[in-house]
Amino acid sequence: MAESPFKMEIERVEKEYSEKMTPGAVVYIPGSSVVNKTGSWRVFMPEFSRDKCVRCYLCYIYCPEPAIYLDEENYPVFDYDYCKGCGICANECPTKAIVMVRETK
Amino acid sequence: MAVRKPPITTREYWAPGHAACAGCGPAIVMKLATKAFSEAMEEKYGNPDAFAIAHATGCMEVVSAVFPYTAWKAPWVHVAFENAAAAASGVDAAWKKLGRKGKILAIGGDGGTADIGMQALSGMLERWHNVVYLMYDNEAYMNTGIQRSSSTPYGAWTTTSPPGKYSIGEDKPKKWVALIAAAHLVPYVATANIGNPYDFVRKMKKAAKVDGPAFVQVLAPCVPGWRTPPEKTVEIARLAIETGVWPLFEIENGDFHNIKIQSPGGGAKVKREGGKVVAIEFKKPIEEYLKLQGRFKHLFKKPEAIQVMKDQIKAMWKVLGVEVTLP
Repeated sequence: MAESPFKMEIERVEKEYSEKMTPGAVVYIPGSSVVNKTGSWRVFMPEFSRDKCVRCYLCYIYCPEPAIYLDEENYPVFDYDYCKGCGICANECPTKAIVMVRETK
Repeated sequence: MAVRKPPITTREYWAPGHAACAGCGPAIVMKLATKAFSEAMEEKYGNPDAFAIAHATGCMEVVSAVFPYTAWKAPWVHVAFENAAAAASGVDAAWKKLGRKGKILAIGGDGGTADIGMQALSGMLERWHNVVYLMYDNEAYMNTGIQRSSSTPYGAWTTTSPPGKYSIGEDKPKKWVALIAAAHLVPYVATANIGNPYDFVRKMKKAAKVDGPAFVQVLAPCVPGWRTPPEKTVEIARLAIETGVWPLFEIENGDFHNIKIQSPGGGAKVKREGGKVVAIEFKKPIEEYLKLQGRFKHLFKKPEAIQVMKDQIKAMWKVLGVEVTLP
């Protein structure tokens, strides 16, 4: 993935929440948890092969993050910034288009 | 190749970056429930955002709202353990006065619903508020460190029901809050399971569309609390349906004689009489469900405990008017 779809939200949260606490400690930016890049928790990462995918959407439905989006052709796109590597997508994929491989950094 | 449309809206109300464990079952519930709710609101009122959420303390509240961040993209209020239903009632009363159209979603875990929030839930149902109460049932107090709740099933290990020489773990049957909710004669009560997400979304949408209170109880496996591998979350939930541990049913207007029961799948033979399910012959043994979970590991040394469990499952199905045979 080239650019995070949450780039603008992350910039807004970082700018507005960094200076000082809001009055009454109000949390007013919806979905502001996107600044937490939970992808660093991962041990195994999902590897996706597009030619095996039948677009059943099961990975998209089951991802608890959600770190799986759909592109223009409705293929799943994995957001490795947030994927915690639980492996539900690979376990449920009916065509084994998703496999879990050990992360190398 | 003709491409099917995504089966559910691509609008997101549950943002990534929350602190739930890898493979969290309740997180899947939150994601699908809000999507289903927004679809239902769009179909009913033409406004996908016409809902607000009152959330009891519990795992999903703690992981989604780590100050100063929130994972929610819908109006959301965190209230104490016991009063999600009461707060939702208040929001509903205010919306009525303001003339706003929409529905309130109250969310609680099994501790916040079956134990602590029971009387607030009962009051909300009895006062006929326009609220859907969603209970995500992970069968113990996972957030505080896996203590037993009244929704913990027989034989389960928790930190307050440890198995040992004189104990088999939790020694009382599970309390079915869905049946208690149905006893309020409310328009819609259902049980669901993330192992069958289409069924869950359909039930959530139906609950969101009825006028009046509704209650949905959904099984959501917990990775650290059930001692399971993270990738097996959905598989275990599905096995709960296929082995008969988790019945999928709908009760409308408290009509216990016409309970709609969904077919469990997994090769089970369903016998119907006049459109009603009267008997189910399960083909998968409950051991398949138990052996994947560390919390039931000790039961395999005590086969008589598994027999007690089977008797309790049969008794539960009998309440629903179904004779079951378990392998």
